[in-house]
Amino acid sequence: MIKAKEIKEKYIRRHPSPFCPGCGGGMVLNSMSRAVEESEVSKDDIVAVSGIGCAAWIPSPHWRVDTLHTTHGRAIAYATGVKIGNKDLEVMVVSGDGDCAGIGGNHLLHGARNNIDLNVLMINNGLYAMTGGQVAPTTQHDEETLTTPYGNPSSSFEAAEVVKAAGAAHVARWTTYHMKDLIKEVKKAIDTTGFSFIEVLTQCPTRKGKKEEMNGLEMLEWYKENTSKNENTDKIFVGTLSEVDRPELTEEIYKQIEEVGGDLR
Amino acid sequence: MKDPGEYFIEGNIACAEGALRAGCGFYAGYPITPASEVMNHLSKELPKAGGRFVQMEDEIASIASIIGASWTGLKSMTATSGPGFSLMQENLGYAVMTETPCVIVNVQRAGPSTGQATKPGTGDVMQARFGSQGDYEIIAFSPNSAQEMFDFTIRAFNLSEKYRIPTVLLADAGVGHMREKVEIRDEVETVDRRRPEDDEKEFFDTDREDHVPPMPDFGGGEELLVTGSTHLGDGTRDTSSFEAQDRLVRRLVSKIEDNRTEIEDWEEENVEDADLVVISYGSISRPARGAVKKARENGLNVGFFRPKVMWPSPEKRLRDIGENSEVLLAELSLRGYRMEVERAVPSENLHIYDRLNSLPTIDQIYDRIKEVVE
Repeated sequence: MIKAKEIKEKYIRRHPSPFCPGCGGGMVLNSMSRAVEESEVSKDDIVAVSGIGCAAWIPSPHWRVDTLHTTHGRAIAYATGVKIGNKDLEVMVVSGDGDCAGIGGNHLLHGARNNIDLNVLMINNGLYAMTGGQVAPTTQHDEETLTTPYGNPSSSFEAAEVVKAAGAAHVARWTTYHMKDLIKEVKKAIDTTGFSFIEVLTQCPTRKGKKEEMNGLEMLEWYKENTSKNENTDKIFVGTLSEVDRPELTEEIYKQIEEVGGDLR
Repeated sequence: MKDPGEYFIEGNIACAEGALRAGCGFYAGYPITPASEVMNHLSKELPKAGGRFVQMEDEIASIASIIGASWTGLKSMTATSGPGFSLMQENLGYAVMTETPCVIVNVQRAGPSTGQATKPGTGDVMQARFGSQGDYEIIAFSPNSAQEMFDFTIRAFNLSEKYRIPTVLLADAGVGHMREKVEIRDEVETVDRRRPEDDEKEFFDTDREDHVPPMPDFGGGEELLVTGSTHLGDGTRDTSSFEAQDRLVRRLVSKIEDNRTEIEDWEEENVEDADLVVISYGSISRPARGAVKKARENGLNVGFFRPKVMWPSPEKRLRDIGENSEVLLAELSLRGYRMEVERAVPSENLHIYDRLNSLPTIDQIYDRIKEVVE
């Protein structure tokens, strides 16, 4: 395996880190970099698109690739234009749970329906962390947050299951505890032609940990204890949820251009 | 794409043909009356011309994807009407901030809100200029014929590429659905964004006189940082320093302000010696011009002025006119361009003919002219 120092030099942009101590954001950055290193893809062909929130800062400005840091919730829509614009680019989307499943939920659904060849990492910490820890679509029922002081009256949105139902080519869930599995899954996403969606349960020691009296390490321990690679338990399932072979939007669009005799602009 | 020649087509089709001639490589849109014909036509013709067409899930996704596609080096466009244009405002500001060329067509209809979807209006003029948050300048065109739907769409692409800015074609249902003769010219002048020379490493700042930095494409190994946050010349985010905010936002505004003589465009007739100048734009400027012609035939000393570019507005010319003559503003809206004209013309010299829902007849505007002159 490539050494940490080499990963840092090749993939990480020198910049003061915005992440809190114990945050999982850096671990996601590490796993993406290692996945690319192990894949056939050239770093120059990667475009990382993100929206707004802590997770959006993982690729921008830290990842040493072309980055497009966009508006809140719209990363998948921007990424759709990038991919259709140049099909040879490998387009990654890094989006928080609020960004991806809340304000950007419609784009997530249609990205999956289109089965467009994007690699979407939904960094799920279960709340809106950057703005202080408000309830998110992914917050569990009854959970206390900044804006649910009496417990969450709503229930959580199971994004991976929804994306699977909408027709994505590849759907998976891991946590920052499962670094080696996550690297393999991101590589699989890169190798998949079609919409890849990886939900990454990620610790937020600042907004969530403090409330539950856990530090970053203890939160990772929690992920270890409460997840299972076996679907038939009461624990949170981690692993690949779905792999299907469906027509991919970009390929279909380019095929049509060729069929009607268009000389590509 | 139609062969060069003369055609009897509606404005929205002329707009789509203009996009094809201008070199559009990517179109994304969402259906909406009265703009859908632009998309319907391009869905068939753009692939044949080698461009990429996609119908998105909403107008927000439409503008987002054309901005994304623009960074792959393609000229890109979307078309919509008021409700969709409202949804696009945040990302229009993103295109301004990231200096991303793209063209947004707004075939305006009667608002506010859902209003009357098939009826013309020009109530979005101010929105085109001020609709997104923060300080910025924009370029917006006002066509008044199917021919200008073709011509101005091409110019919208060209200025967008030249100044790295989103440009807006502010059409209305009147010109969008008007069917008339359009000449598709053989030779069309097109402009491509300036790509960086070998020694140019800053893509978000410049000391050049035109204030426009070069723009590379994604995939070129530049490790680009494109962000809607305030940034330095190399794209690095700077969300706190005075210098970064001041330098960036002033330059974004200067790109338009300092190049305005090259961007501005209007037509005028008999303005110099007129007692009254009728100012009008968009589809209503057609009967307005007819009314001016009738007034002159009847011995009234009336001139005509029509901005073809609404933003930046021809403010100096408007002031000159307002100082030397009475003005009658004829528009398909109560508040469309009025504040801008009020800013330039002394209130005692300004008269209004405002109309909602549909085009007036020549005589209706002529009667108002007579009323003002007498």
